[in-house]
Parts: sequence; C-alpha cells; structure tokens
Amino acid sequence: MKLLGLLMASTMAAFAAGEAVLIQNADIYPMTGAPLKGGSLLIQDGKIVDIGAKIAAPKGATVLDGKGLRVYPGWIDSGTQLGLEEIESIRETNDTGELGDFMPQLKALSAVNPDSEHFGVVRVNGITSAIALPEGGGGGGRGGSGQIIAGQAALLHTDGWTWEEMEINRSAAMVLNFPSAGGRGGRGGGMPSDLQDMFPNANAGADARRAVLDQIAKLNAFFDDARKYKVAKAANLPDFRKDLKFEAMLPVLDGKMPLAVNASRAPVIHDAIAWAEKQNVKIVIMQPREVAKAGPELKAKNVPVILGRVLTLPENEDSEYDEGYTQPEEAYKAGVKFALGTFTNEFVRDLPYQAATAVAYGLPHDEAMKALTINAAQIWGAGDLIGSLEKGKLADLMIVDGDPMDVRTQIRHIFIKGKEITLSNKQIRLYERYMSRQ
Amino acid sequence: MKKILLGTLLALAPLGADTIVIQNATVMTEGPKGIFKGSVVVRDGKIADIGEKVMVPAGATIIEAGGQYLIPGIIDCHSHIAGSGSINEGSVSVSSMVNIKDIINPDDIAIYRALAGGVTTANILHGSANSIGGQTLPLKMRWGKSAQELIFAGATPGIKFALGENPKRSGNPQGGRGATGAIQLGRYPATRMGVEDVIREAFNDAKAYKADWDAYDAKVAKGEHPIPPRTDLKLQALREVLEGKRYVHVHCYRADEILMMIRAADDNGFKVRTFQHVLEGYKVAKEIAEHGAGASTFSDWWAYKIEAIDAIPFNAALMAKKGIVVSLNSDDAELMRHLNTEAGKAMKYGGMSETEALAMVTINPAKQLGIDKTVGSIEVGKDADLVLYDGFPLSDFAKVQKVWIDGTQYFDRDKEIAAQAAKDAEKQQLLDKEKSAQRSQAARRPNQ
Repeated sequence: MKLLGLLMASTMAAFAAGEAVLIQNADIYPMTGAPLKGGSLLIQDGKIVDIGAKIAAPKGATVLDGKGLRVYPGWIDSGTQLGLEEIESIRETNDTGELGDFMPQLKALSAVNPDSEHFGVVRVNGITSAIALPEGGGGGGRGGSGQIIAGQAALLHTDGWTWEEMEINRSAAMVLNFPSAGGRGGRGGGMPSDLQDMFPNANAGADARRAVLDQIAKLNAFFDDARKYKVAKAANLPDFRKDLKFEAMLPVLDGKMPLAVNASRAPVIHDAIAWAEKQNVKIVIMQPREVAKAGPELKAKNVPVILGRVLTLPENEDSEYDEGYTQPEEAYKAGVKFALGTFTNEFVRDLPYQAATAVAYGLPHDEAMKALTINAAQIWGAGDLIGSLEKGKLADLMIVDGDPMDVRTQIRHIFIKGKEITLSNKQIRLYERYMSRQ
Repeated sequence: MKKILLGTLLALAPLGADTIVIQNATVMTEGPKGIFKGSVVVRDGKIADIGEKVMVPAGATIIEAGGQYLIPGIIDCHSHIAGSGSINEGSVSVSSMVNIKDIINPDDIAIYRALAGGVTTANILHGSANSIGGQTLPLKMRWGKSAQELIFAGATPGIKFALGENPKRSGNPQGGRGATGAIQLGRYPATRMGVEDVIREAFNDAKAYKADWDAYDAKVAKGEHPIPPRTDLKLQALREVLEGKRYVHVHCYRADEILMMIRAADDNGFKVRTFQHVLEGYKVAKEIAEHGAGASTFSDWWAYKIEAIDAIPFNAALMAKKGIVVSLNSDDAELMRHLNTEAGKAMKYGGMSETEALAMVTINPAKQLGIDKTVGSIEVGKDADLVLYDGFPLSDFAKVQKVWIDGTQYFDRDKEIAAQAAKDAEKQQLLDKEKSAQRSQAARRPNQ
C-alpha cells in the first residue's frame, strides 16, 4: 500500500513532454558503454540531451533525485500483437491475421488500438516499445496461418494518443512465413530435423513436399513480378499503373526493409537464408527453435534472429529439459545477433524475467540486457533512436531500484519520448478499489 | 534371469534414501524456524534435524551447499500432467464417478520436467468440461516409479468442480456467441444459471442417497438386517463430500460464480476446500475467507478469454491480505517448471515478503490439500522433500540444482549435464541403425 501511495504521488508529479527533466545522482547504465555511477541525465524536448558526472539544471527544469536508483533504457519486445489483439480467444478482438497469400500492403500500425488495456499493463513493467506483428504467433482464432507474406510489422512506442503518435517505424519489417512442410515456417508440428531425412514421408508426404515447392515457386514469382514493377515504374511509361502490393515491396527489394521470416527448424532456416541470398534481400529470422544447429550459418551470413519465449517446453520428449532456457546462450555462443520476443500479449510484461532465466542458464547478464534494448533497436533499424542512453536519442528510459531483470525490483519512473508515464493501469485501479472494500 | 533383471532395475533407480547432511545452505523452512544458514539432516526419508549446527551422523553423505538455497519441495495445487490421454469426461455434466487414479501415466516426461523445476508434489485434476468433474488426488513426482508408487499416501482425495465458460461451452450453439443455429451438442448446461442448477440438483440427489445409507447404517448398528440401498458410484463421491471425506476443488473465474458456489455449498452443508484459478477472487475475498476456502490462482495470466479480462497480478497478495490461504498453481506443464518465480511475482505485485511468497508454492498448497502434516515446510519429522537452488529461489536468476523426495535424490543438474553427451551418442546410434535399416529395405525394393 505504501508503494502504491508512492506510485500515486509520482502520477501527480508526471512531467509533460517538452519540459526539461534532470535526473541526478543515479547510476546510469547506457548499454552502449560502461555504467556511470552517480551521474546525471538531462531530458529535453523528448530526447536525451546530456549525460555526465554532473550537469547543471537548466532554468525551469524539474530535478529528480536518483540516489540509490539506476537508470536503464526501456525494454523492447521484438515480437508482440500489442494493440492488435485484446482477448486471445475472441475473434472480434483480433486483427492480426488477414486473408490472402501475398499481402505486403497491409500495415499493422493503422490497426493498433492505442487504448488497448495491454499497453497500460506492459508499460508499467518498463516495456517502452515493441514490434507489433500482422500475424499471430500461435493458433487460436487469429487466422492468417495460410499467408506467405502477411504484411508490415510496426515498431511502436507503448504510449501515445493515437497510433500515429506511437509510431517509431510503421514499416519496420515485412512478415514472411517461409514455406515449409511443418507449416508457418516450420513452427509447431512437423518433425525434428534430425528425423526428417529418416522418415521423408512420415508427416511431410510427397504431396506436402510438392506443396512447399509450389509455394516457394509462387513466392519467387511474386518477387519477380515486384522487380518487373520496379523496372516499369522507373521507366515512367505513360500507361504505368500504380499497384499497392508491389509498391509495398519496393523497400524490401531495395534492402531498406528487412523481411521478418518465420522459420523454426534448421533446414527451413537454411532454405530461408539461401533464398534471401538469391533474392538479395535482408532478413531477420523469427522464433528459430534450432538455433545451435543453424548458428554457424546465421553468423556467417550475418543474419540476426528474434528468439521466442525462453520459458517454453522442450519440443520433443527426448529434448533436454532446459532446451528453451539455453537457446539465448546458444545464440550468443554462436556469435549470432539476437533479441527476444514474447509473441503473446499476455507475456510481454514478463520479458525481463524471461531474459533472466536465460542468464540463469548461461547467457551473460550484459548480453541479456542488450537483447532487450540496443540489439533489438539495431535489428529493427532504430539503433539511432532507441535502445540505449545516449545523447540525441529518444528519452525512453526507466528509473528502478535494483537489477531490472529481478522480479523484486520496483520501477519508480518511466519516460517515453521524454514524457513521464503514469504508473497506473486498469489492473492497479482494480487492486486499489478492491483493497478498499470492507 | 529374475535376479539379473532386478539388478538392472536397481542400477536405473534413483539413489536410495540414505542419511544425508545438506550443509551451509540458506534454508528457507516455511516453518517455525524461518530462514537460517545451516544444515538439514535427512534420515530414512524424513527430516531428522535442522539447525545452524547439527550432529553429523556417521556415514552420512555430505552435500556442501555454501551459497545455495534450500527450500521445501514445491507443491502444485492444480496440474494435469501424468494422465493417459484425455482428462475431460465431457459427455455428462456430472462425472463424479471417474477417477484420475485409474489413468496415471508414470512415464509422462512432464513429471521429470516438473521435478527439474523443483516440484515434488502435484494435485492432479480432470479438465473443466463438467460442472462436477472427476475424482482427484495428489501425486509425488517420483520419476521412474510405477503409477501406484506415485500416489501420495494418506492424502484426502478430492473432486473437481468447474464453473463459467468451460462447463457451459458444451451446451453452446455451434458457431459460438451470436450464432442462430440450433444447439448441436445439447449437453446441459449452456449458461451459468444451468451450472448452478446442475450442482444443486446433484447435491439434492446426493443428500437423499446419503439419507438412505445413513438409515441403512443405523439399522445395521441396531443389529437389524435391512436390504442395502443400491450403490451409485456417481453419488457415492458426492456423499463423501457431504461427509467431509473428499475435498472440493472448484475451477472458477468470475466473482459472481464464486459467490454462487459458496452459497450452493452453504445451502447443501459442505465446504469448498479450494477455489482454483479464481481470477476474480479479489472481488469476493471477504466471502471466500468467511466460507473458509483456500484460493489457488495464477500469478499474472490474463486476457486469454473474456472471463479472464479482470484478472490482476495482485490477486494472490490481495486475497492473502484478506485472510485467505493462497497458493499459486500452474495448470500447465510449462508453467509448472517455474512456480518458484511465479511466487516471486507476489513480492512484486502486492508486496508479499519472501516467506509469504514462497509459502504460496509450498506450505499453503500443502494446507489446501490437507497434507501439511507431512510436507510443505522444512521441519523435523516431515518428509524430506527438498529443493536446492544456486541462488535466491524466487528470482529468475536461480536454477534448481538438486531435488529430493522422501530423502531420495530424483534430480541432479550436474549429473543431467554430465549424461548429455552419452545420451546424444545413444540417440545418434539408434538413428544410424534405423537409417541403415531403411536403406537396406529400400535397396531390396524393386525399381518403380
């Protein structure tokens, strides 16, 4: 209750964007350099304008004493349905899975509901930005499982009056479900790769294999058409007609927008990398399950990955019991650049605890922190905007009283784009209301 | 031949229960001794001594646990592992005649994984398709033992009830909410009103059944030789509920249905032992406390269905503050592997102390299952169900190192890791063998 009082007090003291805020005497963990003990950080006009041992407070600036506290950049969840899905089991509240095989023109951002209760819930746990995906991470009523290109994933802030205000990049990545016999990039179902060549017809019969080849042929044809469109557009002929699908593909063809490729098994990852090389496009592998096996190739080809939940069951009965826990360490050891995603709105607020489990099972602490901050920002092309505490970056940060991945640590202040966030949400309001019931 | 076989079995079985001293650990007892740095002595499967300083029995195996944490074995009050196949007898609204005991599968790998997550006891329940489901019982996670040997001896059996969306789903029109089609499956009930009625009708019958048997027993006691009433396996289980010999564990979400269940139990003269999931328990904490029921909930699950929309992560702490014995359960083979960190969330959300939080996965579920005389805390005389962590056990930074049940070690991370290479090699060998068999088979096949 005491803590809640504190929270409420900080609510009233919330600062508006544009105002200058000086944080003093705090331990500052920038992620891109060594920590600065007892330092200062100045926020102005939504940005970090200075970091140093001692900064004089500008006129009119609000001063926050950070004694005994630590400052970190906000967390980035690299795979969510935030704003697109409210209640998992109710189709009417889901806007993640559209129809159609090739739908690059779809944008997750404009379907994001800024008033989704999920934003309030994840914000107070320090998640200041996230990737919102135009396709579901699981089954359920989401639909979209048959899609090959599902649309554009958005990188967004978890706060804002409208989706426009929340936007960091509406076209952060193009989601591609790489055709595979396991379905949806080989995620779920399917046979482990070490058994696949043994039982070539067990669950991927000749028909299924033909279907995969057919889908890849379609995918290649779509890219060929997009390239022809690009040539036609450049030629600027009088009868040229704009096509929204192909128009959306141009940044992908130009290497400006990566493809976020769902590929789980090592052979599918291999196929996806080889395909991307041939197509000369940038890719990020989403939710790989056989990262140790695919590691050398991922590293050699400089392909980053977004690992799924650390707290996940081993896939096969004879898998190591800690298979999910050790995935991040395996990615790290292989030298693969990686970030983490929770891929289910319900688990977004647990992102730091998922990372902590990876630390328990061998991932260096610093690397876990980077996976949730600067690595994620860089993978999504926002390394100059968010993900670390550096001069000129957006002031997305949290002030906490301990290790931010430790469940015992409490968050004292959160800033998104320099604006202090009210540390409240529907759940906290319900708690206060029912605590007062006599 | 028999002798050789026995020898092999013994070699595969976990290390026997001998005398062990776990020393220099931080011991979180969840008992009267609180938290201390020192030793725990295990003998004959029981905790023989605890303290800052203990007498080390001659010949005891010493486990040096400096810098590590020892806690009581974790108890999961709600799990569906170790069952063979389906656990939902959804064909009828009242299925109190079916029993988990009949379908225990000791080979379910989820048992080992739970063990590796520090769970030593789990309450195994049926699914939630029926208003009144089947008979339940707690198991110990004695991996490698037979189905019979997993059963928690002497524990009061239970029965699963279910309220809300799940039991009414079978009666919904096909196509879900808003569909205009006829009710296809047609199994009553289709609403929360019907769920209440099913429960009240069942107890109406059970009370009459009990009266018949009571009358019969009275006559027998007087030396008469009456004709016994017909045994009804469905009502027999409910009669045991009325007699307090079987605990009622109620799957529920919303405050209205929780209150309904309390009143239905009050009116029929029985107690709800635990409300399970009970995501809106915080709204009717007063009524749950007055009824004397326990609450077993999730730490922070929400929004996966409409009846979970008002779930709050403060639920466990709030209910505890309002005087309810609260536990955190898994209901899920994955979550089951880290109930310790689920307990940790009760510190974050609602400010429970570390002892209060850890109680939610140890002594509190033991109380709820009526097994707190033998498990749930580290006290002399209790079963030596113990978990050793390499760090503060409510934090995600800690991992399980060793697990003992009844003084027998069932999990050891070091041994697990040491055995990995051999396991992989064996698997490769089997794969190669199968592959070559396939190849030679293919070679024998005529050209197509």
